[in-house]
Amino acid sequence: MFSRYARRKFTDVLVRSACVAAAVLALIPLVSVLYYVTSRGIGGISLAFFSELPKPVGESGGGMANALVGTCKLVFLACLFGIPPGVLAGMYLAEFGHTRFGKWVRFSADVMSGVPSITVGIFVYSLVVLQTKHFSAFAGGVALSVLMLPTVTRTTEELLKLVPESLREAALGLGVPKWRATLSVMLRTAAPGIATGVMLAVARVAGETAPLLFTAFSNPFWSSGLNEPTASLPVNIYNYAVSPYEEWHRQAWAAALVLLLLVLLLNVSARLLVRQRVGAP
Amino acid sequence: MSVSQEVSPLIRPRSKILTRFGHELNWGDFVFRRVTASLAMLMLAALAAMAAAMVYGSAESLSKFGLGFVTAQVWDPVRDVYGALPFIYGTIASSLLALCFAVPISIGVAIFLSELAPAWLRGPVGFLVELLAAVPSVVYGLWGIFVLAPWLRNSVEPLLARTLGFLPFFQGQQRGFGMLAGGIILAIMITPTISSVSREVLRAVPSSLREGALGLGATSWEAVRVAVLPYARSGLVGAIILGLGRALGETMAITMVIGNRSEISASLFAPSYTMASVIANEFSEATGSLYLSALAEVGLLLFVVTVLLNVVARLLVWRVGRLPEGGSL
Amino acid sequence: MLARRNLLVGLLLGLIACKESQPAPAPSATEAAPVLKQDEAVSLTGAGATFPYPLYSKWISEYNKLNPNVKINYQSIGSGGGIRQITANTVDFGATDAPMKEDEAKQASGKLFHIPATIGAVVVAYNLPEVTGTLKLSSEVLVDIYAGKVKRWNDPKLKADNADAKLPAKDISVVYRTDGSGTTAVFTEYLGKVSAEWKEKVGVGKVVRWPTGLGAKGNEGVTGQVKTTPYTIGYIERAYASQNKLPMAELRNKAGKFVAPSIEAMSAAANAVEMPAELVVSLANADGEGAYPITSYSYLLVYEDAKDATKGEALAKYVWWGLHDGQKFAKDLDYAPIPATVLSKVEARLRELRSGDRKLLSGA
Repeated sequence: MFSRYARRKFTDVLVRSACVAAAVLALIPLVSVLYYVTSRGIGGISLAFFSELPKPVGESGGGMANALVGTCKLVFLACLFGIPPGVLAGMYLAEFGHTRFGKWVRFSADVMSGVPSITVGIFVYSLVVLQTKHFSAFAGGVALSVLMLPTVTRTTEELLKLVPESLREAALGLGVPKWRATLSVMLRTAAPGIATGVMLAVARVAGETAPLLFTAFSNPFWSSGLNEPTASLPVNIYNYAVSPYEEWHRQAWAAALVLLLLVLLLNVSARLLVRQRVGAP
Repeated sequence: MSVSQEVSPLIRPRSKILTRFGHELNWGDFVFRRVTASLAMLMLAALAAMAAAMVYGSAESLSKFGLGFVTAQVWDPVRDVYGALPFIYGTIASSLLALCFAVPISIGVAIFLSELAPAWLRGPVGFLVELLAAVPSVVYGLWGIFVLAPWLRNSVEPLLARTLGFLPFFQGQQRGFGMLAGGIILAIMITPTISSVSREVLRAVPSSLREGALGLGATSWEAVRVAVLPYARSGLVGAIILGLGRALGETMAITMVIGNRSEISASLFAPSYTMASVIANEFSEATGSLYLSALAEVGLLLFVVTVLLNVVARLLVWRVGRLPEGGSL
Repeated sequence: MLARRNLLVGLLLGLIACKESQPAPAPSATEAAPVLKQDEAVSLTGAGATFPYPLYSKWISEYNKLNPNVKINYQSIGSGGGIRQITANTVDFGATDAPMKEDEAKQASGKLFHIPATIGAVVVAYNLPEVTGTLKLSSEVLVDIYAGKVKRWNDPKLKADNADAKLPAKDISVVYRTDGSGTTAVFTEYLGKVSAEWKEKVGVGKVVRWPTGLGAKGNEGVTGQVKTTPYTIGYIERAYASQNKLPMAELRNKAGKFVAPSIEAMSAAANAVEMPAELVVSLANADGEGAYPITSYSYLLVYEDAKDATKGEALAKYVWWGLHDGQKFAKDLDYAPIPATVLSKVEARLRELRSGDRKLLSGA
């Protein structure tokens, strides 16, 4: 009845509209959540929020300055411990992943991405906190990096595998050693994609609460260095959100908004950094 | 002056290290392989350490309940009787439900962003989808309690009950909180993971493939289906497995909306309980070695379930048909 | 490009290096309380129950104003968490609603004192749009609701106690706490005391197997559900009900009177029960005309023999202050102060705190 071409065209239009619909569907909850967070949190954002320490209930003012710094510290540590090993492990899997050992590593990365964050927290608790006999930002950073590792590794691997071999062959043909070809050519080409994977992992760990409860603990005061318990935005959000007090709820929403903005900032800066190195394709 | 100074600085004279297969190996390659291998080993070691810690922690519970732990349905800390079947069901069902919602949407978004969207729209929309990943779990949970659950209770569940109520999936008391709410929240949380990684994967496919198909007269969807998707298959599967992992391990948000009742029911309206939730809920307060040991065993079971689902996913991909993996065309 | 990267790295490092810029000290309160002088800075950590967190954070802040060199960090990771951390010696003091059990106490590295620090109440909140007055619940009806025997709001048993309330013909949506908590422990303890059947079939504890209902996470989860879903009933800490303006049911106490969960009723319960030497006692279903039946103490866990003398002394002085000057902050935050009769016993206990042979509190 319909010509073959008409049927093909119809399928094409159908699928394309479905994809657009999918994008719209994906954005609806985002808009809803953003609206919810912003409408409740914008009232709590003030200069005091960024400069003062938390105050107990009943006292006006107070902020989450120490939590903001704490989150920056923890994210920095997580990136330090999580990105280099993750990217290098991903490179190993992309280059030598066909070996039996490689298959096991890939498998374990997939399994590890499914470990609940609280289990990782408990694990790092027994590994670090029980040994040092105190909570610390260092332990928190380790816990977050363990959460980041699988995502970074697998994303690096998949994206490196997709770089066309012709690029590598060209480099090898010029006499570049294999390792140099991987680092300078393949990695650089895949860098923007890897940056996406890394930023996804960072965004996730920046908002994790459960692993921090047993490792970084929290702190109503400033924490110096890396060996003391430190406040962090997600833990504060959790503590305040589950309290009965309206003013604490407002601060929790404000903190959620600030956390989102922080991750946004990291995201944008990572993109900028990577884009510069790669240049126009 | 001499020839070597005009040559690219990337070129180095080869060394004389010989591997056991007689290949001449640059010391740089040697170091590179060993360093990356040891870091890859780190991943394996971390996992093995976690598994070992969990087995050690659950020793008491393993010896007391044995296999009965997996089949028993009663979880009673007062009487020190523990059975994990409802949690296993809750975890698997909620994760699979989340995948059902999230995979089509995420792949659709990825295709939209990499193929269909005009250039000016790609940046903002892609960025917004990634923003979903930045929202803390707690915030999703609270949004779920105050926005999603009431909406489900008032609009969606009555509609489903009216139209599809003959199916066992849509029967029972409509509270808003339950498996459906849990599945939806998980789907929202894993969408950015699957869609962002998929988008990068699709973008990395060489345009020559796409252009080749288009040049042969394919519609854009056909070009994607025939040329891009097979090439990107491994990457897409990897993205989905990452999403699945996130769904299995999600704790905070899902426990706030899923109703937390250890019962097995086919209905999507019924409350359920996941393994990650029970650990998060009861670990802080648990005292008593058998109780803690039972919780550790639940963690171990979650491990096992993750492993099994991963194996199944890989097998499915393998059975569907082996095509050359990306990068080797 | 390079500059941009360096700027970013520098920014990050700058944030890390951003050490403790001491906040401007608040004007010291002109209190009659003695300002305890200590020259060296002391940092104490504590972990435990969520229930007294608002009160303890107020104490910490006020104490820090009086003694700027003493910094106390208390985090609410749950009573069980508090017990585990103090047993593992990763914190200096613990806090718990439910007292430690024998086998838990054995695992500690030394003898742990329970110090009752404050009093709280578990209230029954409900959402009944049609009912204007306060719901009255007898103990039997409450047990039956949570056991699933009384299923509808217009059940004759409910009508008997609430003759003039317009109880609707709807199902009761029961909500319980899914996470382990002292609130559940206190609530089930009360249910177990008033009903032998409950004690036998369901039991008492931080986590129990509820016969019916939905589980919500945390006090705020139950509050959220009660607030947003009509015809729901749930048990929560008093502060959550009063802060969220949820109606609280009046419960019939042992003396037969329907009592609202006011501070006076909580104090009445505490006054009615004799505190034993061990300083651990249950206030559930207390005698007394005006006693609210679901009241409980919240305890601090402190080692009798402190390993670090400086820290031990700082902690002892802080706890002493909390039990004296700190009590005046209780009422505003929905807690009841420790009664005078109990206070004298607690003082005697605190005087036993030592480090080695040295007593930590000398004639305070």
